[in-house]
Amino acid sequence: MSEIVRIENLHKSFDKLDVLKGIDLSVSAGETIVLLGSSGSGKSTMLRCVNFMEVPSDGRIYLHGDLIGSEQNGRMNYRESELCTLRTRIGMVFQHFNLFPHMTVEQNVMEGQLTVLKRSQTEARDKARAQLERVGLADKALEYPARLSGGQKQRVAIARALAMDPDVMLFDEVTSALDPELVGEVLKTMRQLAEEGMTMLVVTHELGFAYHVANRVLFLSDGAILEQGEPQQVLKAPKTKRMREFLDGHSLFKLPD
Amino acid sequence: MVEWDFLAVFADFDLLMTGLLNTLKVTGLALLFGVPLGLAFALMRLSTNRPLSMIAAFIIEFFRTTPPLVQLFWFFFALPILIDVRMTPFIAAVVTFSIQSSAFFAEIFRGGIQSIDKGQWEGAKAIGMSYSQSMKRIILPQAVKRMIPAFMERSIELLKTTTLVSTVAYADLMFQANDLAQKTFRPLEVYTVVAVMYFVLIFVFSQLSIAVERRLARSGESTVH
Ligand SMILES: Nc1ncnc2c1ncn2[C@@H]1O[C@H](COP(=O)(O)OP(=O)(O)O)[C@@H](O)[C@H]1O
Ligand SMILES: [Mg+2]
Repeated sequence: MSEIVRIENLHKSFDKLDVLKGIDLSVSAGETIVLLGSSGSGKSTMLRCVNFMEVPSDGRIYLHGDLIGSEQNGRMNYRESELCTLRTRIGMVFQHFNLFPHMTVEQNVMEGQLTVLKRSQTEARDKARAQLERVGLADKALEYPARLSGGQKQRVAIARALAMDPDVMLFDEVTSALDPELVGEVLKTMRQLAEEGMTMLVVTHELGFAYHVANRVLFLSDGAILEQGEPQQVLKAPKTKRMREFLDGHSLFKLPD
Repeated sequence: MVEWDFLAVFADFDLLMTGLLNTLKVTGLALLFGVPLGLAFALMRLSTNRPLSMIAAFIIEFFRTTPPLVQLFWFFFALPILIDVRMTPFIAAVVTFSIQSSAFFAEIFRGGIQSIDKGQWEGAKAIGMSYSQSMKRIILPQAVKRMIPAFMERSIELLKTTTLVSTVAYADLMFQANDLAQKTFRPLEVYTVVAVMYFVLIFVFSQLSIAVERRLARSGESTVH
Protein backbone atom coordinates (compact mmCIF):
# COMPACT_ATOMS: atom_id res chain seq x y z
CA MET A 1 0.00 0.00 0.00
CA SER A 2 1.26 3.45 -0.79
CA GLU A 3 2.06 5.79 2.05
CA ILE A 4 -0.07 8.92 2.35
CA VAL A 5 1.24 10.56 5.51
CA ARG A 6 4.46 10.01 7.37
CA ILE A 7 5.16 11.61 10.73
CA GLU A 8 8.72 11.52 12.01
CA ASN A 9 9.81 12.40 15.52
CA LEU A 10 6.96 14.85 16.02
CA HIS A 11 7.38 17.13 19.03
CA LYS A 12 5.05 19.85 20.17
CA SER A 13 5.28 22.01 23.24
CA PHE A 14 3.27 24.98 24.42
CA ASP A 15 5.62 27.25 26.35
CA LYS A 16 7.07 24.89 28.97
CA LEU A 17 4.50 22.14 28.48
CA ASP A 18 5.78 19.25 26.36
CA VAL A 19 2.66 17.72 24.86
CA LEU A 20 4.09 15.49 22.13
CA LYS A 21 7.44 13.88 22.81
CA GLY A 22 8.45 12.20 19.58
CA ILE A 23 5.71 10.55 17.56
CA ASP A 24 6.39 8.38 14.53
CA LEU A 25 3.59 7.17 12.33
CA SER A 26 3.08 6.06 8.78
CA VAL A 27 -0.41 6.12 7.33
CA SER A 28 -1.11 4.04 4.23
CA ALA A 29 -3.73 4.77 1.60
CA GLY A 30 -7.17 3.59 2.64
CA GLU A 31 -6.20 3.00 6.23
CA THR A 32 -8.41 4.05 9.13
CA ILE A 33 -6.41 4.71 12.26
CA VAL A 34 -8.12 5.39 15.57
CA LEU A 35 -6.26 7.41 18.17
CA LEU A 36 -7.18 6.68 21.77
CA GLY A 37 -5.95 8.32 24.94
CA SER A 38 -7.25 9.99 28.03
CA SER A 39 -8.18 13.65 28.05
CA GLY A 40 -5.16 15.90 27.76
CA SER A 41 -2.90 13.18 26.40
CA GLY A 42 -2.28 15.19 23.23
CA LYS A 43 -4.61 13.55 20.70
CA SER A 44 -5.99 16.82 19.36
CA THR A 45 -2.54 18.35 19.28
CA MET A 46 -1.24 15.43 17.25
CA LEU A 47 -4.07 15.66 14.69
CA ARG A 48 -3.68 19.42 14.50
CA CYS A 49 0.02 19.10 13.78
CA VAL A 50 -0.72 16.88 10.79
CA ASN A 51 -2.53 19.68 8.95
CA PHE A 52 -0.49 22.40 10.64
CA MET A 53 -3.33 23.98 12.56
CA GLU A 54 -0.50 23.83 15.09
CA VAL A 55 3.06 24.15 13.90
CA PRO A 56 5.20 21.31 15.26
CA SER A 57 8.06 22.28 17.55
CA ASP A 58 10.22 19.62 15.96
CA GLY A 59 9.99 16.73 13.57
CA ARG A 60 8.98 16.20 9.98
CA ILE A 61 5.73 15.51 8.23
CA TYR A 62 5.50 14.11 4.71
CA LEU A 63 2.49 14.01 2.43
CA HIS A 64 2.85 11.50 -0.42
CA GLY A 65 6.54 11.38 0.39
CA ASP A 66 7.02 15.13 0.03
CA LEU A 67 8.43 16.90 3.07
CA ILE A 68 6.22 19.75 4.28
CA GLY A 69 8.23 22.92 4.74
CA SER A 70 11.91 23.38 4.15
CA GLU A 71 14.86 22.90 6.43
CA GLN A 72 17.19 25.76 7.23
CA ASN A 73 20.03 25.46 9.74
CA GLY A 74 18.44 22.42 11.31
CA ARG A 75 15.08 24.16 11.80
CA MET A 76 11.94 23.66 9.81
CA ASN A 77 10.50 26.65 7.99
CA TYR A 78 6.92 26.85 6.82
CA ARG A 79 5.41 29.33 4.40
CA GLU A 80 1.79 30.19 5.11
CA SER A 81 0.80 29.76 1.46
CA GLU A 82 2.31 26.27 1.43
CA LEU A 83 0.34 25.38 4.56
CA CYS A 84 -2.91 26.68 3.06
CA THR A 85 -2.40 24.46 0.04
CA LEU A 86 -1.54 21.55 2.30
CA ARG A 87 -4.74 22.01 4.27
CA THR A 88 -6.83 21.66 1.14
CA ARG A 89 -5.39 18.15 0.82
CA ILE A 90 -5.99 17.21 4.44
CA GLY A 91 -9.60 17.48 5.54
CA MET A 92 -10.45 18.13 9.16
CA VAL A 93 -13.70 17.75 11.10
CA PHE A 94 -14.11 19.26 14.56
CA GLN A 95 -16.02 18.44 17.68
CA HIS A 96 -18.08 21.64 17.39
CA PHE A 97 -18.68 21.48 13.62
CA ASN A 98 -17.53 25.05 12.96
CA LEU A 99 -20.00 25.48 10.13
CA PHE A 100 -20.42 29.00 8.77
CA PRO A 101 -23.78 30.15 10.14
CA HIS A 102 -24.25 32.97 7.63
CA MET A 103 -24.16 30.58 4.69
CA THR A 104 -26.53 27.88 3.59
CA VAL A 105 -25.47 24.26 3.81
CA GLU A 106 -24.61 24.26 0.13
CA GLN A 107 -22.63 27.49 0.38
CA ASN A 108 -20.71 26.00 3.30
CA VAL A 109 -19.68 23.08 1.12
CA MET A 110 -18.90 25.36 -1.84
CA GLU A 111 -16.87 27.97 0.07
CA GLY A 112 -13.45 26.32 0.05
CA GLN A 113 -13.91 25.16 -3.51
CA LEU A 114 -14.63 28.70 -4.66
CA THR A 115 -12.20 30.79 -2.62
CA VAL A 116 -9.31 28.37 -2.30
CA LEU A 117 -9.51 25.91 -5.19
CA LYS A 118 -10.97 28.60 -7.52
CA ARG A 119 -13.48 26.20 -8.98
CA SER A 120 -16.34 27.65 -11.00
CA GLN A 121 -19.76 28.15 -9.39
CA THR A 122 -21.21 25.33 -11.46
CA GLU A 123 -18.47 22.90 -10.65
CA ALA A 124 -18.51 23.79 -6.95
CA ARG A 125 -22.27 23.45 -6.75
CA ASP A 126 -22.27 20.06 -8.51
CA LYS A 127 -19.52 18.86 -6.21
CA ALA A 128 -21.32 20.19 -3.13
CA ARG A 129 -24.53 18.44 -4.15
CA ALA A 130 -22.64 15.20 -4.72
CA GLN A 131 -20.95 15.36 -1.32
CA LEU A 132 -24.20 16.22 0.44
CA GLU A 133 -25.76 13.25 -1.29
CA ARG A 134 -22.89 11.13 -0.03
CA VAL A 135 -23.59 12.08 3.60
CA GLY A 136 -27.34 11.76 3.08
CA LEU A 137 -28.23 15.45 3.24
CA ALA A 138 -29.02 16.39 -0.36
CA ASP A 139 -32.43 17.69 0.72
CA LYS A 140 -30.87 20.15 3.20
CA ALA A 141 -28.72 22.00 0.63
CA LEU A 142 -30.62 25.27 0.93
CA GLU A 143 -31.12 25.29 4.70
CA TYR A 144 -29.08 27.34 7.11
CA PRO A 145 -27.01 25.31 9.59
CA ALA A 146 -29.03 26.65 12.54
CA ARG A 147 -32.00 24.65 11.30
CA LEU A 148 -30.16 21.32 11.39
CA SER A 149 -29.70 18.82 14.20
CA GLY A 150 -26.22 18.27 15.61
CA GLY A 151 -25.80 15.05 13.67
CA GLN A 152 -26.81 16.75 10.44
CA LYS A 153 -24.46 19.66 11.11
CA GLN A 154 -21.60 17.27 11.61
CA ARG A 155 -22.38 15.47 8.37
CA VAL A 156 -22.39 18.83 6.56
CA ALA A 157 -18.99 19.51 8.09
CA ILE A 158 -17.81 16.17 6.73
CA ALA A 159 -19.20 17.03 3.29
CA ARG A 160 -17.47 20.41 3.43
CA ALA A 161 -14.13 18.71 4.05
CA LEU A 162 -14.75 16.02 1.42
CA ALA A 163 -15.60 18.60 -1.25
CA MET A 164 -11.96 19.63 -1.32
CA ASP A 165 -11.02 16.10 -2.50
CA PRO A 166 -8.60 15.55 0.36
CA ASP A 167 -6.05 12.73 0.44
CA VAL A 168 -6.70 12.11 4.11
CA MET A 169 -9.35 13.10 6.64
CA LEU A 170 -8.81 14.00 10.30
CA PHE A 171 -11.65 13.59 12.78
CA ASP A 172 -11.27 15.13 16.23
CA GLU A 173 -13.91 13.74 18.62
CA VAL A 174 -16.60 14.55 16.10
CA THR A 175 -19.35 12.83 18.08
CA SER A 176 -18.43 14.14 21.53
CA ALA A 177 -20.73 17.17 21.36
CA LEU A 178 -23.72 15.24 20.06
CA ASP A 179 -26.77 13.96 21.86
CA PRO A 180 -26.39 10.19 22.25
CA GLU A 181 -29.16 9.41 19.78
CA LEU A 182 -27.37 11.41 17.05
CA VAL A 183 -23.97 9.75 17.42
CA GLY A 184 -24.93 6.75 15.30
CA GLU A 185 -25.69 8.65 12.09
CA VAL A 186 -22.29 10.36 12.14
CA LEU A 187 -20.41 7.15 12.92
CA LYS A 188 -22.29 5.46 10.10
CA THR A 189 -21.18 8.16 7.67
CA MET A 190 -17.59 7.75 8.81
CA ARG A 191 -17.79 4.00 8.49
CA GLN A 192 -19.12 4.38 4.97
CA LEU A 193 -16.19 6.67 4.11
CA ALA A 194 -13.74 4.14 5.51
CA GLU A 195 -15.33 1.42 3.41
CA GLU A 196 -15.12 3.61 0.32
CA GLY A 197 -11.36 3.67 0.88
CA MET A 198 -10.86 7.11 2.43
CA THR A 199 -7.68 7.41 4.49
CA MET A 200 -8.68 8.53 7.97
CA LEU A 201 -7.11 9.50 11.27
CA VAL A 202 -9.80 9.43 13.93
CA VAL A 203 -9.72 10.60 17.53
CA THR A 204 -12.71 9.15 19.31
CA HIS A 205 -13.93 7.61 22.52
CA GLU A 206 -16.28 5.31 20.59
CA LEU A 207 -14.53 2.01 21.17
CA GLY A 208 -17.15 0.21 19.10
CA PHE A 209 -16.12 2.28 16.09
CA ALA A 210 -12.46 1.58 16.78
CA TYR A 211 -13.14 -2.12 17.08
CA HIS A 212 -15.24 -2.51 13.95
CA VAL A 213 -13.86 0.07 11.58
CA ALA A 214 -10.21 0.80 12.40
CA ASN A 215 -7.38 -1.04 10.73
CA ARG A 216 -5.11 0.11 13.48
CA VAL A 217 -5.54 1.56 16.96
CA LEU A 218 -2.98 3.78 18.65
CA PHE A 219 -2.96 4.54 22.33
CA LEU A 220 -1.43 7.87 23.20
CA SER A 221 -0.12 8.41 26.68
CA ASP A 222 2.25 11.04 28.04
CA GLY A 223 2.87 12.45 24.59
CA ALA A 224 4.00 9.18 23.05
CA ILE A 225 2.41 6.16 21.41
CA LEU A 226 2.26 3.57 24.17
CA GLU A 227 0.52 0.78 22.28
CA GLN A 228 -0.54 0.16 18.74
CA GLY A 229 -1.85 -2.66 16.64
CA GLU A 230 -4.96 -4.26 15.27
CA PRO A 231 -8.08 -3.28 17.20
CA GLN A 232 -8.82 -6.86 18.33
CA GLN A 233 -5.38 -7.11 19.85
CA VAL A 234 -5.08 -3.65 21.40
CA LEU A 235 -8.64 -3.46 22.73
CA LYS A 236 -8.99 -7.02 23.93
CA ALA A 237 -5.49 -7.88 25.01
CA PRO A 238 -3.80 -4.65 26.05
CA LYS A 239 -0.18 -5.07 27.03
CA THR A 240 0.22 -2.15 29.39
CA LYS A 241 -1.40 -1.28 32.68
CA ARG A 242 -2.18 2.25 31.44
CA MET A 243 -4.10 0.94 28.50
CA ARG A 244 -6.02 -1.53 30.68
CA GLU A 245 -6.99 1.29 33.06
CA PHE A 246 -8.06 3.45 30.15
CA LEU A 247 -10.25 0.66 28.76
CA ASP A 248 -11.77 -0.03 32.18
CA GLY A 249 -12.84 3.61 32.30
CA HIS A 250 -14.74 3.05 29.08
CA SER A 251 -16.78 0.09 30.25
CA LEU A 252 -19.79 2.21 29.35
CA PHE A 253 -19.08 1.50 25.72
CA LYS A 254 -19.17 -2.22 25.81
CA LEU A 255 -17.18 -4.23 23.35
CA PRO A 256 -18.66 -7.11 21.46
CA ASP A 257 -17.39 -10.54 22.62
CA MET B 1 -47.21 84.76 28.67
CA VAL B 2 -44.92 83.95 25.76
CA GLU B 3 -46.31 84.56 22.31
CA TRP B 4 -45.32 81.79 19.90
CA ASP B 5 -44.96 82.96 16.34
CA PHE B 6 -43.58 80.51 13.82
CA LEU B 7 -44.42 82.59 10.76
CA ALA B 8 -41.06 84.33 10.64
CA VAL B 9 -39.30 80.96 10.92
CA PHE B 10 -41.27 79.31 8.16
CA ALA B 11 -40.87 82.32 5.91
CA ASP B 12 -37.16 81.58 5.90
CA PHE B 13 -37.46 77.82 6.17
CA ASP B 14 -35.29 77.23 3.07
CA LEU B 15 -32.41 78.65 5.12
CA LEU B 16 -32.88 75.81 7.61
CA MET B 17 -33.29 73.25 4.81
CA THR B 18 -29.97 74.32 3.35
CA GLY B 19 -28.46 73.86 6.79
CA LEU B 20 -30.03 70.42 7.11
CA LEU B 21 -28.60 69.37 3.75
CA ASN B 22 -25.15 70.59 4.77
CA THR B 23 -25.40 68.68 8.04
CA LEU B 24 -26.32 65.54 6.11
CA LYS B 25 -23.49 66.17 3.67
CA VAL B 26 -20.85 66.34 6.41
CA THR B 27 -22.32 63.36 8.28
CA GLY B 28 -22.63 61.30 5.10
CA LEU B 29 -19.09 62.01 3.95
CA ALA B 30 -17.71 61.36 7.42
CA LEU B 31 -19.41 57.96 7.33
CA LEU B 32 -18.27 57.28 3.79
CA PHE B 33 -14.62 57.83 4.73
CA GLY B 34 -14.83 56.97 8.41
CA VAL B 35 -16.18 53.44 8.09
CA PRO B 36 -13.54 52.04 5.69
CA LEU B 37 -10.83 53.94 7.57
CA GLY B 38 -12.16 52.47 10.81
CA LEU B 39 -11.99 48.99 9.31
CA ALA B 40 -8.41 49.65 8.22
CA PHE B 41 -7.45 50.83 11.73
CA ALA B 42 -9.17 47.79 13.26
CA LEU B 43 -7.28 45.40 10.96
CA MET B 44 -4.01 47.15 11.78
CA ARG B 45 -4.85 47.02 15.47
CA LEU B 46 -5.52 43.26 15.26
CA SER B 47 -2.42 42.59 13.18
CA THR B 48 0.29 40.42 14.70
CA ASN B 49 2.77 43.02 13.49
CA ARG B 50 3.47 44.81 16.79
CA PRO B 51 4.56 48.23 15.50
CA LEU B 52 1.58 48.38 13.14
CA SER B 53 -0.78 47.41 15.92
CA MET B 54 0.74 49.98 18.28
CA ILE B 55 0.42 52.78 15.73
CA ALA B 56 -3.23 51.94 15.18
CA ALA B 57 -3.85 51.72 18.92
CA PHE B 58 -2.33 55.14 19.41
CA ILE B 59 -4.34 56.80 16.65
CA ILE B 60 -7.57 55.20 17.86
CA GLU B 61 -6.99 56.20 21.47
CA PHE B 62 -5.93 59.70 20.55
CA PHE B 63 -9.03 60.49 18.54
CA ARG B 64 -11.35 58.84 21.03
CA THR B 65 -10.04 60.76 23.99
CA THR B 66 -9.47 64.28 22.67
CA PRO B 67 -12.52 66.57 22.41
CA PRO B 68 -13.90 66.77 18.87
CA LEU B 69 -13.97 70.57 19.07
CA VAL B 70 -10.23 70.64 19.70
CA GLN B 71 -9.69 68.31 16.75
CA LEU B 72 -11.83 70.51 14.53
CA PHE B 73 -9.96 73.67 15.50
CA TRP B 74 -6.68 71.91 15.05
CA PHE B 75 -7.48 70.82 11.51
CA PHE B 76 -9.00 74.20 10.66
CA PHE B 77 -6.55 76.63 12.25
CA ALA B 78 -3.38 74.68 13.05
CA LEU B 79 -2.90 72.32 10.11
CA PRO B 80 -2.70 75.12 7.48
CA ILE B 81 0.23 76.58 9.44
CA LEU B 82 2.08 73.25 9.37
CA ILE B 83 1.48 72.36 5.75
CA ASP B 84 0.49 74.56 2.90
CA VAL B 85 -3.17 73.66 2.53
CA ARG B 86 -6.15 75.90 2.19
CA MET B 87 -8.69 74.74 4.72
CA THR B 88 -12.30 75.54 4.10
CA PRO B 89 -14.76 74.95 6.95
CA PHE B 90 -16.27 72.18 4.85
CA ILE B 91 -12.98 70.30 4.30
CA ALA B 92 -11.97 70.76 7.94
CA ALA B 93 -15.32 69.37 9.05
CA VAL B 94 -15.17 66.33 6.77
CA VAL B 95 -11.55 65.54 7.64
CA THR B 96 -12.12 65.92 11.37
CA PHE B 97 -15.25 63.84 11.57
CA SER B 98 -13.99 61.17 9.17
CA ILE B 99 -10.95 60.54 11.33
CA GLN B 100 -12.73 61.06 14.63
CA SER B 101 -15.52 58.62 13.79
CA SER B 102 -13.09 56.15 12.22
CA ALA B 103 -11.48 55.78 15.64
CA PHE B 104 -14.81 54.81 17.12
CA PHE B 105 -15.72 52.59 14.17
CA ALA B 106 -12.35 50.86 14.55
CA GLU B 107 -13.26 49.84 18.07
CA ILE B 108 -16.68 48.66 16.93
CA PHE B 109 -15.09 46.59 14.16
CA ARG B 110 -12.53 45.18 16.56
CA GLY B 111 -15.20 44.25 19.09
CA GLY B 112 -17.29 42.62 16.38
CA ILE B 113 -14.38 40.66 14.95
CA GLN B 114 -13.24 39.48 18.36
CA SER B 115 -16.75 38.40 19.31
CA ILE B 116 -16.75 35.74 16.60
CA ASP B 117 -16.07 32.26 17.90
CA LYS B 118 -12.53 30.97 17.40
CA GLY B 119 -14.05 27.89 15.77
CA GLN B 120 -15.01 29.99 12.76
CA TRP B 121 -11.36 30.79 12.10
CA GLU B 122 -10.53 27.10 12.50
CA GLY B 123 -13.28 25.98 10.16
CA ALA B 124 -12.03 28.38 7.50
CA LYS B 125 -8.37 27.54 8.05
CA ALA B 126 -9.03 23.82 7.82
CA ILE B 127 -10.32 24.14 4.25
CA GLY B 128 -7.21 26.06 3.26
CA MET B 129 -8.43 29.63 3.56
CA SER B 130 -5.80 32.26 4.31
CA TYR B 131 -6.10 34.86 7.07
CA SER B 132 -7.41 37.52 4.69
CA GLN B 133 -9.83 35.13 2.97
CA SER B 134 -11.17 34.00 6.33
CA MET B 135 -11.53 37.59 7.50
CA LYS B 136 -13.31 38.72 4.36
CA ARG B 137 -15.59 35.76 3.74
CA ILE B 138 -16.24 34.25 7.16
CA ILE B 139 -15.45 36.58 10.04
CA LEU B 140 -16.41 40.06 8.82
CA PRO B 141 -19.83 39.17 7.41
CA GLN B 142 -20.81 37.73 10.78
CA ALA B 143 -19.11 40.50 12.77
CA VAL B 144 -20.80 43.25 10.76
CA LYS B 145 -24.23 41.83 11.58
CA ARG B 146 -23.46 42.02 15.26
CA MET B 147 -22.02 45.50 14.92
CA ILE B 148 -25.13 47.11 13.47
CA PRO B 149 -26.63 48.41 16.75
CA ALA B 150 -23.34 49.92 17.88
CA PHE B 151 -22.74 51.24 14.38
CA MET B 152 -26.13 52.98 14.29
CA GLU B 153 -25.63 54.45 17.73
CA ARG B 154 -22.26 55.83 16.71
CA SER B 155 -23.67 57.31 13.50
CA ILE B 156 -26.35 59.13 15.46
CA GLU B 157 -23.69 60.37 17.85
CA LEU B 158 -21.73 61.61 14.84
CA LEU B 159 -24.74 63.46 13.45
CA LYS B 160 -25.16 65.25 16.77
CA THR B 161 -21.48 66.08 17.07
CA THR B 162 -21.44 67.73 13.66
CA THR B 163 -23.26 70.70 15.25
CA LEU B 164 -19.73 71.72 16.28
CA VAL B 165 -18.92 72.71 12.71
CA SER B 166 -21.02 75.84 13.14
CA THR B 167 -18.13 77.17 15.25
CA VAL B 168 -15.88 77.32 12.19
CA ALA B 169 -18.69 78.98 10.21
CA TYR B 170 -19.74 75.98 8.18
CA ALA B 171 -23.38 76.50 7.25
CA ASP B 172 -24.86 73.39 8.87
CA LEU B 173 -28.30 73.28 10.43
CA MET B 174 -27.07 74.74 13.70
CA PHE B 175 -25.20 77.57 12.01
CA GLN B 176 -28.25 78.47 9.92
CA ALA B 177 -30.40 78.36 13.03
CA ASN B 178 -28.14 80.85 14.81
CA ASP B 179 -28.28 83.02 11.74
CA LEU B 180 -32.04 82.89 11.55
CA ALA B 181 -32.50 83.45 15.26
CA GLN B 182 -30.51 86.67 15.04
CA LYS B 183 -32.30 87.79 11.93
CA THR B 184 -35.82 87.18 13.18
CA PHE B 185 -35.34 87.81 16.90
CA ARG B 186 -37.26 84.55 17.38
CA PRO B 187 -34.75 82.20 19.09
CA LEU B 188 -37.50 80.32 20.89
CA GLU B 189 -39.28 79.32 17.70
CA VAL B 190 -36.11 78.82 15.66
CA TYR B 191 -34.43 76.49 18.16
CA THR B 192 -37.68 74.65 18.77
CA VAL B 193 -38.05 73.96 15.06
CA VAL B 194 -34.39 72.95 14.81
CA ALA B 195 -34.73 70.59 17.77
CA VAL B 196 -37.75 68.98 16.11
CA MET B 197 -35.82 68.67 12.84
CA TYR B 198 -32.93 66.90 14.55
CA PHE B 199 -35.38 64.71 16.41
CA VAL B 200 -37.25 63.68 13.27
CA LEU B 201 -34.01 63.04 11.40
CA ILE B 202 -32.57 60.85 14.13
CA PHE B 203 -35.87 59.15 14.85
CA VAL B 204 -36.31 58.15 11.21
CA PHE B 205 -32.70 56.99 11.11
CA SER B 206 -33.02 54.82 14.21
CA GLN B 207 -36.33 53.33 13.00
CA LEU B 208 -34.59 52.51 9.76
CA SER B 209 -31.79 50.82 11.64
CA ILE B 210 -34.23 48.75 13.66
CA ALA B 211 -35.89 47.63 10.43
CA VAL B 212 -32.50 46.68 8.96
CA GLU B 213 -31.63 44.71 12.08
CA ARG B 214 -34.91 42.83 11.94
CA ARG B 215 -34.44 41.97 8.29
CA LEU B 216 -30.93 40.68 8.89
CA ALA B 217 -32.11 38.66 11.85
CA ARG B 218 -34.75 37.06 9.66
CA SER B 219 -32.75 36.50 6.47
CA GLY B 220 -29.84 34.71 8.05
CA GLU B 221 -30.27 33.44 11.54
CA SER B 222 -28.65 34.05 14.86
CA THR B 223 -24.89 33.82 14.64
CA VAL B 224 -24.88 30.71 16.77
CA HIS B 225 -23.33 27.75 15.00
N1 LIG C 1 -3.03 26.11 22.24
C1 LIG C 1 -2.62 25.58 23.41
N2 LIG C 1 -1.92 26.32 24.27
C2 LIG C 1 -1.48 25.81 25.43
N3 LIG C 1 -1.68 24.54 25.84
C3 LIG C 1 -2.38 23.74 25.01
C4 LIG C 1 -2.90 24.21 23.76
N4 LIG C 1 -3.54 23.19 23.15
C5 LIG C 1 -3.45 22.15 23.98
N5 LIG C 1 -2.76 22.46 25.10
C6 LIG C 1 -2.44 21.55 26.21
O1 LIG C 1 -1.86 20.40 25.66
C7 LIG C 1 -2.30 19.24 26.34
C8 LIG C 1 -2.89 18.27 25.36
O2 LIG C 1 -4.06 18.82 24.82
P1 LIG C 1 -4.92 18.09 23.71
O3 LIG C 1 -4.05 17.78 22.56
O4 LIG C 1 -6.10 18.95 23.45
O5 LIG C 1 -5.36 16.75 24.43
P2 LIG C 1 -6.51 15.74 24.08
O6 LIG C 1 -7.07 16.12 22.74
O7 LIG C 1 -5.87 14.40 24.08
O8 LIG C 1 -7.53 15.87 25.17
C9 LIG C 1 -3.28 19.71 27.40
O9 LIG C 1 -2.60 19.79 28.62
C10 LIG C 1 -3.68 21.06 26.92
O10 LIG C 1 -4.00 21.90 27.99
MG1 LIG D 1 -9.00 16.78 22.19
